[in-house]
Amino acid sequence: MAEILAFEHVSIAYDGRAGRQIILNDVSFSIGAGEALGLVGESGCGKSTVALATMRYLPRGMSVIEGHIRVEGRDTAGLSDQELSRIRGNRIAMVYQDPMSSLNPVMPIGKQLMEVPLLHGETDEKAAFSRAVQMLEEVRLPAAEAMMERYPHQLSGGQQQRVVIAMALMAEPALLIMDEPTTGLDVTIEAAILELVRDLRAKFGTAILFISHNLGTVARICDRIGVLYAGRMVETGQIGTVFRGPAHPYTRGLLGALPRLSGGGRRGKLRPIEGTIGAGDRSRIGCAFVPRCSFAVRHECEERPIAMVDLGGDHLARCARLDAIRASVKDEHDTVATAAGSNAPIVLRVRKLSKEYKLSSFFGGEKKGVVRAVTDVDLDARAGETLAIVGESGCGKSTLARIVSGLLAGTSGEVKLGETDLTKLKVDDRPPEIRRQIQMVFQNPDSTLNPSHSIAYALSRPLRMLRNLASGDAKAEVSSLLAQVRLPAEMAERMPHQLSGGQRQRVAIARALAGNPELVVADEPVSALDVSVQAAILNLLGELLEQSQLGLVLISHDLALVRHMADWVAVMYLGRVVEYGPVEQVFSPPFHPYTEALLRAAPTPDPDAAPPSAALEGMMPSPTEIIVGCAFASRCPSRIAGLCDTTPPPVRQFGDHRIACHLDLGGQVPVAPGGLTEMRSSTS
Amino acid sequence: MTEIIHDVPAGRVGVIRDSAQSTPAGLFRRIYDILTRSPIGTIGGAILLTWTLLAIFAPWVAPYSPTKIDPELIADPYPSAQHWLGVDHLGRDILSRLIWGARTVLTVAPTAVLGAVILGTFLGLLAGYRGGIVDAIIMRVGDTLLAFPKIILYLIIIAKFGASAFNIIAVITLSSAPIIARIVRGVTLDIKNRDYVAAARMRGESALFIMFVEILPNARGPLIVDFFLRLGYTTIAIGVLGFLGVGLPPPTPDWGGMVKEAYGMIFVWPHMTIIPSLAISSLVIGANFLATGLREASLDG
Repeated sequence: MAEILAFEHVSIAYDGRAGRQIILNDVSFSIGAGEALGLVGESGCGKSTVALATMRYLPRGMSVIEGHIRVEGRDTAGLSDQELSRIRGNRIAMVYQDPMSSLNPVMPIGKQLMEVPLLHGETDEKAAFSRAVQMLEEVRLPAAEAMMERYPHQLSGGQQQRVVIAMALMAEPALLIMDEPTTGLDVTIEAAILELVRDLRAKFGTAILFISHNLGTVARICDRIGVLYAGRMVETGQIGTVFRGPAHPYTRGLLGALPRLSGGGRRGKLRPIEGTIGAGDRSRIGCAFVPRCSFAVRHECEERPIAMVDLGGDHLARCARLDAIRASVKDEHDTVATAAGSNAPIVLRVRKLSKEYKLSSFFGGEKKGVVRAVTDVDLDARAGETLAIVGESGCGKSTLARIVSGLLAGTSGEVKLGETDLTKLKVDDRPPEIRRQIQMVFQNPDSTLNPSHSIAYALSRPLRMLRNLASGDAKAEVSSLLAQVRLPAEMAERMPHQLSGGQRQRVAIARALAGNPELVVADEPVSALDVSVQAAILNLLGELLEQSQLGLVLISHDLALVRHMADWVAVMYLGRVVEYGPVEQVFSPPFHPYTEALLRAAPTPDPDAAPPSAALEGMMPSPTEIIVGCAFASRCPSRIAGLCDTTPPPVRQFGDHRIACHLDLGGQVPVAPGGLTEMRSSTS
Repeated sequence: MTEIIHDVPAGRVGVIRDSAQSTPAGLFRRIYDILTRSPIGTIGGAILLTWTLLAIFAPWVAPYSPTKIDPELIADPYPSAQHWLGVDHLGRDILSRLIWGARTVLTVAPTAVLGAVILGTFLGLLAGYRGGIVDAIIMRVGDTLLAFPKIILYLIIIAKFGASAFNIIAVITLSSAPIIARIVRGVTLDIKNRDYVAAARMRGESALFIMFVEILPNARGPLIVDFFLRLGYTTIAIGVLGFLGVGLPPPTPDWGGMVKEAYGMIFVWPHMTIIPSLAISSLVIGANFLATGLREASLDG
């Protein structure tokens, strides 16, 4: 097998004001023709530096200080600028996370695609045009010729990424580097793109370097995997070998930290990897993982460089304690199942809730249409239980969360906390007592805390405002709040920028708990965090829930996380709840076709999992469209023509489990047709 | 509840504590760091500092009285050992007049700019945070003020109310506030949608508290940069007013006034015009350099 890309003991350093910093340390791997290597690791581990170094695109100040990078056998260090640019365009192509950064917003995509052959020697415009059309068809974009005239902003995110992939493949490169190509996309779109990449790879025989933080996507695409930690390759091997028998404690940690779709018990303990990559870890002589490793032994792990150990069968790991680790634990996943969805008292009752935005023209006069963000939603959040709301972006889950927390007002329906109707009561108008009862945890750890104020401020203000504590009492209470989220009391003096993302999210949780609320709405609380940190936060939330009667409304797009955390699940699509029920029932048949599609699309870090048969086609309709029948009809693989697109689906009830669907799902008790609102008759 | 997680390795904490901004000493340290990091900022800071020190210690530093007329000196007004920068058409020592003039400009300009910053910040916060009709009114009134050619606005107001230090400050405050309001409004529009503002609303903070405690501190970067830029522009404006004869009434030494008094004799005694002009330029350049340096430093993070 011809080697397309080889890293041979490559070290890369950054020389800055603070002196030399090692970014990559003795990294070796190779990719043969047609092979796909997945490179995984937490943020800051040096994944993207590998990609940049391959293209010799290292930012200023960064340089290869040791080793060789060979592309098709030639050392890139010795190449002239012309040779280099020939390689960049012809032999190696790159696909980045954000497609808009690779597309020119003022040029039709056809023209951009045609540029590739025209720049690389093709002179015939017609030939270039037909190649471009052909390639758009290859990436399965509909109406390829018409697509040529479109501008990037006229395409959806998934379509843009397809265009970028088409552009990358135009020059028939030997190597395709994909840096988090599906990270910003919804699961169903992601699944379709991954399927496409797999098919194209089979067809064109392109080698792939696939960089991702998501073990599930890597499992779906790659033959081999390389695990990077603090700039060092800690483990490489065949996907199956590594996933079934991870050798390095870091790899074991990454796999153990993931919540799984395949059950494993609700809110069982995940195994987070404690701590984060420290500033000094990159320059350690021995193993960089020592500060976070429970197997580390001083003299073996810290005092001398650790070599890659060959475990046979193309499986290598850089660890001095492999034997000790193998001899210890077998089962990585605790399965401490707690009792499932009981019928605890209802804290929050949502009935027929709708939210509409009227679009008006520039001068405010004539109406241009109505955006229906949330339509006729019925839900209950119970004390001491977690209600998860899942769905892809644009399904209305965040809008729903913001109405409950009072940051938006609903248009119609009711949101009742006890006897108080909160639908139109924005948070500024809510009485203090109500405000105390519903608090929120936000998604983005970078903006959840005010960068100008200390942690003590962030926690003492809510204590003073919501519990009327005097400033002295509030100060004392701050440390107990910090302890509740497992942070040391000294943290109070710090500024947010001195905390890691996970720590900031802990503070945000403490802030939400400050007023002893009855309900906390958490909008994607861990989606911006690394896997290992995510696990620690989920464990924390799990413990807090167990210790109190707190109700949690968890907004998420991650089904595995929902499976792990929730007692009740509502699946939303286009502003509507299409399926609702206790978690085990929602995650087992009968399914709403959309739930089924989501479950199929969710990437699982399991090399044996069957690839999803058919990814969901099409896109979610615009929320301005008037939907007569079932909202999902336009994408449903099993729609019944003439029924699903004309008549609202009946609600089928299986005890507490409800599905809004025309399909005869078996064993159901159909209620008279009339939409989800009929659910009300059974619960109120 | 026993296990405590230290996500940050102990080594890093010490480094961070060094640059803590919460103490005044830390703040000065930080300013010093920023200034030494950008050479252009250092030059600007040095120019401003020199003029400020000269202005503060004018009575001790200035070799002569700025208003002392000595007709005998007019025979040879050029720079000499006794009068380093020469004397003007009335025989007054130019260096002393510059030093005393620095007092005027360095009192009037910062006061005026500070006034503009206070007024503009308040209006900008209000417009950005409240939005809707409040925003529309504040910004349209501001636009109207900005639509006037500035110098004509100055002349109209000063012609009506007379030339005094207070009126000059008031005029500059009024005409600069809309620009600062616009900057602050922009920052506010961005920040008011951040999650920490939502969190403040969820605990029931008042709008004023959110505007001044949650939002304003995060706008201080652009505001400080703009303060020094505007200090430069205002120095020019004061110079222009002096030159047009509506500045501070004589015999107060005023750089613009000095240019005006001497420019008729520019071909005879050029130094009488050029030297005060250079003084104005140096202050403007100093303020601009400092603003640039601060911006560079803030981009560095």
